[in-house]
Amino acid sequence: MSDSAGTAIEFVNVTYRTNGNRSLISGLNLVVRRGETLMLLGRSGSGKTTTLKLINRLLDQSQGQVLVDGRSTVEWDVIRLRRHIGYAIQEAGLFPHYTVMDNVALVPRLERWDAGRIAARVREVLQLVGLPYDQFAERYPDQLSGGQRQRVGLARALAADPQILLMDEPFGALDPITRAELQHEFMQLRKTLSKTVVFVTHDVAEALMLGDRIALMDAGTLKGMFAPAEFLRSTDDFVQPYVNAFRAGQQIFNSGD
Amino acid sequence: MSLRDFFVAHKSDVLKLASEHLWLVGVSMLLAVAIGVPLGILLSRRPGWKGLVLGANNIMQTIPSLALFGLLLPVPWLGARADRLAILALTLYALLPVVRNTYTGIAGVDPPVREAALGMGLTSRQLLWYVELPLASNVIVAGIRTATVITVGVATIAAAIGAGGLGEFIFRGLAMVDNNVILAGAIPAALMALSADLVLGLIQRTLVRVHH
Repeated sequence: MSDSAGTAIEFVNVTYRTNGNRSLISGLNLVVRRGETLMLLGRSGSGKTTTLKLINRLLDQSQGQVLVDGRSTVEWDVIRLRRHIGYAIQEAGLFPHYTVMDNVALVPRLERWDAGRIAARVREVLQLVGLPYDQFAERYPDQLSGGQRQRVGLARALAADPQILLMDEPFGALDPITRAELQHEFMQLRKTLSKTVVFVTHDVAEALMLGDRIALMDAGTLKGMFAPAEFLRSTDDFVQPYVNAFRAGQQIFNSGD
Repeated sequence: MSLRDFFVAHKSDVLKLASEHLWLVGVSMLLAVAIGVPLGILLSRRPGWKGLVLGANNIMQTIPSLALFGLLLPVPWLGARADRLAILALTLYALLPVVRNTYTGIAGVDPPVREAALGMGLTSRQLLWYVELPLASNVIVAGIRTATVITVGVATIAAAIGAGGLGEFIFRGLAMVDNNVILAGAIPAALMALSADLVLGLIQRTLVRVHH
């Protein structure tokens, strides 16, 4: 076992079966180091999102253990566990009846922060994701573009200053230009924040660009862990199709000019 | 005698029956909301019970109102007072739209919104109060609106078992073959239904606007 001080999240022999007894995850062993950004890469149905949801107990494993900060998630109070972990998803899931301010402030309010601290924190995280407070705080989600909604979703996940951040294809539904913009900003943000991030994606380029390490998943099992450079060099049969797809994309791009 | 003269001559009767009518509708609707909204919330938490509860409510709706009033008449405590019985029957009729819309409104909350709320660490109760009920509120009010309009109409039948209300004019007018007397009951009842529809419609639109 790895030393717990350097480990933020650990999966020990985890299996997850649906009520219909279908295995979505089987025998998963995985370590997420403190402060790293780990990309869960795989096709649709490979178990990436299920893995993510086992961390904040939106799903409960059928077998094995998931440890967060050295403690099994079943020993955590589930509400405390979730408030300890930021969560950002593809459709952002903003509350349509709340302003940007109220969306971002919700968890700090539930945690009974005082009003001054909440106001300062909302201002700070909105600034962090590139949305000036004075311009955006009073808007409703339907008055924002898709990219702006994702930024608010990220700000909301960061609001209570969690040490762990779970991101489920947060840029997946955006147009390519906005996506590139947000990916770039996320890279910058990652350096300043030093959070542990688990990031689900099916986009190879995104995984290579944003990740410290890439966990390749297929049919509910882990196929390997790679640093981005290792991933590109790998001759592994499971890795090849991804690398080929990535290079094909680059070639089209290079022959275009 | 013109209809207008009839209203003037029987002003106090009209007012008395209209206020009885309002009482029957008001109490039944309060009960229907007090029972129906929690029941709708329960169904959203236990979708397995949906078929049973909504099915039972549906059957209730198919019983003709006159028959329901008659069937309940021999029930001991209820039968003792006609208005008691009428209120129970009206509540049963009003229940379905309230339960169904409460359930539909909550079930209609966008799944990512619910998932984000849970992922952020909202308790089930916080999810209900801060997210689900506010987002479902206009659908719930729409159900209350439908139920109220139906109840104003069905309440006229309550006169058949002696529970009072504007139906008394209608039944009396039918017996006397006097259109003025029928209209003296029907017009205020229609106005009551229209104004309830209007007021609840305004509330509903305000709620839609609040949520954009």
